[in-house]
Amino acid sequence: MKKILAIVAIVAFTFALPSCKGKSDAELKTEVETALQANPDLSGATVDVTNGVATISGELKDDAAVAAAEAAAKGVKGIKSVTNSATVAPPPPPVVITPDDPLTSAVTDAIKDHPTVSASVTDGVVTLTGEISKSDLQTLMQKVQATKPKKVESSALVVK
Amino acid sequence: MALQEKYQALIDAANAAGVSNLAVREQDGVLYVDGDAPNGSVKDQLWDVYNQIDPNYASGDLILNVNARAEAGSQVKVITQESNLNIRKGPGTDQPIVGKAAKDEIITLISKANDQWWSVRTQDGEEGYAYSQYLEPLA
Repeated sequence: MKKILAIVAIVAFTFALPSCKGKSDAELKTEVETALQANPDLSGATVDVTNGVATISGELKDDAAVAAAEAAAKGVKGIKSVTNSATVAPPPPPVVITPDDPLTSAVTDAIKDHPTVSASVTDGVVTLTGEISKSDLQTLMQKVQATKPKKVESSALVVK
Repeated sequence: MALQEKYQALIDAANAAGVSNLAVREQDGVLYVDGDAPNGSVKDQLWDVYNQIDPNYASGDLILNVNARAEAGSQVKVITQESNLNIRKGPGTDQPIVGKAAKDEIITLISKANDQWWSVRTQDGEEGYAYSQYLEPLA
């Protein structure tokens, strides 16, 4: 019986030992992740912890978010230092709007199968008039919006 | 940002359906949503969501351009509503008709002259230009 108690004591001591040295890397990783999740701007960030050093990676929306991720990791007790490898996501491509001349011919092609619909083009804005059946409306709008206009003005188009 | 909130369900649906290269920008009171849909039914599903948010697409505050991506050399299906699809000599409805492809016919996409007009070859070997909105890549 004494022998068993001794083993239990040794095992318990062995497991208790790491806590004397502080938190494990896995525990620190979880704590940093919790800190990152608290800020919705940091949802793209991931973290790894090795020997108390946190490495942040991922793509974030701007410089402020990258700095915030670093600050959040540094704020976790037990993190010795932070290597910040997070990057700023590239901005979305600019909106492409077809110039009026090619747009006019593209819109002419788009409405060709809908003889009850007329269209005019001014400064990138396509204005649709006339009438169309409800069942054809989606096809028409798909074709007209695919010509990459600035805007489609269809409030005067009668849907039957 | 207000428009992005109005169409948030559409953006969420696009992300959930696996649309790649999704770009959402607001400019001068219009929201522009572009991307590559994995197939044609995802495109139609997004248009249904669009119609729910903005009945009859009447507000004029969204330009939705999420199309199924088709590669040159691949097979595409003719998705006209009933009629045959005209194959034309050049890229434009002013060009003479050189052939026709039936609804649901599978034809070959040779190259893309522009977003609207694609160079195609029918099963009968007719070559010409067809209107891209009536062509859907095979999933």
